[in-house]
Amino acid sequence: MPELVIQLTRAGFLALLWLFVLAALRVVRSDLYAASGLRASVPNTRRAQPRQPKGAKSPRQLLVTQGALAGTRIALDGRPISIGRADDSTLVLDDDYASTRHARLVLRGSDWYVEDLGSTNGTYLDRAKVTGPTRVPLRAPIRIGKTVIELHS
Amino acid sequence: MSQPMNQPSPPGDESPTVAAAPAGPPPPPTRRTTELWLLAFSAALLSIANILVDANQEAALTSQILYNGAAFLALFAAAHFAVRKWAPYADPLILPFAALLNGLGLVMIHRIDLAMASRLEINPEDWQAVYYGGPLVGRQILWMVIGVAFFILTLWRIKDHRPLAKYGYTCGLVGLVALALPGIIPFQSIAPTINGAKIWLTFPGFSIQPGEFAKILLTIFFASFLVSKRELFTAAGRTFLRMNWPRARDMAPLFVAWGASVGVLVFERDLGTSLLFFGMVLVMLYIATERAAWVVLGLTLFVGGCLVAYQLFGHVRQRIANWIDPFATYDEAGGGYQIVQSLFSLGSGGIFGSGLGSGRPDIVPEPHTDFITVGMGEEMGFVGLSAVLILYLLLVMRGLRSALAVRDSFGKLMAGGLAFTLGFQVFVVVGGVTKLIPATGITAPFLSYGGSSLLANYILIALLLRISDAARRPAAPPKPKPKQAPIAEAHTEMVARPT
Repeated sequence: MPELVIQLTRAGFLALLWLFVLAALRVVRSDLYAASGLRASVPNTRRAQPRQPKGAKSPRQLLVTQGALAGTRIALDGRPISIGRADDSTLVLDDDYASTRHARLVLRGSDWYVEDLGSTNGTYLDRAKVTGPTRVPLRAPIRIGKTVIELHS
Repeated sequence: MSQPMNQPSPPGDESPTVAAAPAGPPPPPTRRTTELWLLAFSAALLSIANILVDANQEAALTSQILYNGAAFLALFAAAHFAVRKWAPYADPLILPFAALLNGLGLVMIHRIDLAMASRLEINPEDWQAVYYGGPLVGRQILWMVIGVAFFILTLWRIKDHRPLAKYGYTCGLVGLVALALPGIIPFQSIAPTINGAKIWLTFPGFSIQPGEFAKILLTIFFASFLVSKRELFTAAGRTFLRMNWPRARDMAPLFVAWGASVGVLVFERDLGTSLLFFGMVLVMLYIATERAAWVVLGLTLFVGGCLVAYQLFGHVRQRIANWIDPFATYDEAGGGYQIVQSLFSLGSGGIFGSGLGSGRPDIVPEPHTDFITVGMGEEMGFVGLSAVLILYLLLVMRGLRSALAVRDSFGKLMAGGLAFTLGFQVFVVVGGVTKLIPATGITAPFLSYGGSSLLANYILIALLLRISDAARRPAAPPKPKPKQAPIAEAHTEMVARPT
């Protein structure tokens, strides 16, 4: 083959190989949120929520009212919400008073229950320490370290 | 040549295989179509590589190349549809990476076949070409087809990775026996010593490297063992040097693993497998316990073992001497010849390489197995070889990501262990041929010639896909309890037939 063609094809092949790598990286980027346990914060999820009939007094979202994450909202879609310092928690707290796996909110029937997962400093519902699974009324403050969360409809 | 990924694929290109759930969030995209595009892209890329090799080697350019590309695409389309059917949410990148790496390996082996054939034409007694033993690409293609068949079979038979934990001890026993078998069997006819390493079992017609399969079996064993005995390893010990050290009696499993890996080093003379096996154990212990003390302890043990082995065994001393100054031992038997050839080869490739088919990868020893990355480095240069290494990096990253995302700890450990093993193997082989660490003699996953390695790695990525499918599959929506009267009070009612 002529020298020029060899040089061109050589560079062209390397460019194509890197194009493949870049295409793969694009897929990686578009995939950042999938399966990271952060589904609750994906906007699509929230948009799908109001389809439920109005009037039912079941909590729809979890609202952080105090603490470093104040203002955070997480849509409740029936899946358990884990709270703690672990990276895979639904609500990741960066708080010295919170344990790695601190507490969990689970849906039973139409009510949400808060459960303490053996945390060091405890979980408080309103003023009472949570010892077993306890039903969470609407707008009742759940205190975990410096963070307060509430369930809103 | 069309480049499928050049057109930005619309966001809605995901496969419609999953019907939207009636309520709640829409199901996450499965991204299977992306996978198919990437597979098509790699088939196109490999056809171009094949054309370049044949053109530069002045072989006849025939339509055969297009058929090869089409056959490659058909094979991986079969694998793709198996994924679509049995693991629809699996990671879209793992399979294309494996396919492209395997294809690049095929191109490289084909290229070395051509070089060796032309050397035989010039001098029929060329010892290296005679030793190489004829065109190998056909056999490698056969192994690739068998590997993909095993890939499909694994996806089909193993619908969920969690039940594998039940077979943990069986896997461990079989894996350990497989690892030890070539070293134990004294007969050279069954377990021959090839290139100084005793890691093969030969049967009439074919031979296997059981260590490649042992690495998967032992990963499964360690994952299930660590999940069931995790407390044992995290039990409070004493704090020393700001690290929490395990109690002496909890260290027994680590000593067993260390003994086994030293045994492999001594009896099979295979530093690569030994390193791979011990690294896997350490990393899985670390993932399971999050305690750096285990890693420090393990590395200390390993260094100690290596020092003793260095004092006792000539072949270990030779390897280290070759590593420190390969030029000094260039002329000795078993000396630095291999490393030096490899360094010359990489050096003559330079930044952009000589172009596929224009280099001399055939003058490096073992160009189709251990040193295949060197041939790629010579012909595709630093730029091409780093692209290949990034492919490996991304493959490992996707495996680790599946490990992070999967919800059960057995799956986490198994995916973490498998992905790490793959990455560590690449490190050991590429580090060995580039003189970063002592050369070990281990295959580059998916690239190197060798059936056992290919087969084992296809099974490995099938398991990774299985776990990533479990990780990315949306949690089954909580089923609202149907408000139904007890059966005794229920009325007969008309039910619409589902259409």
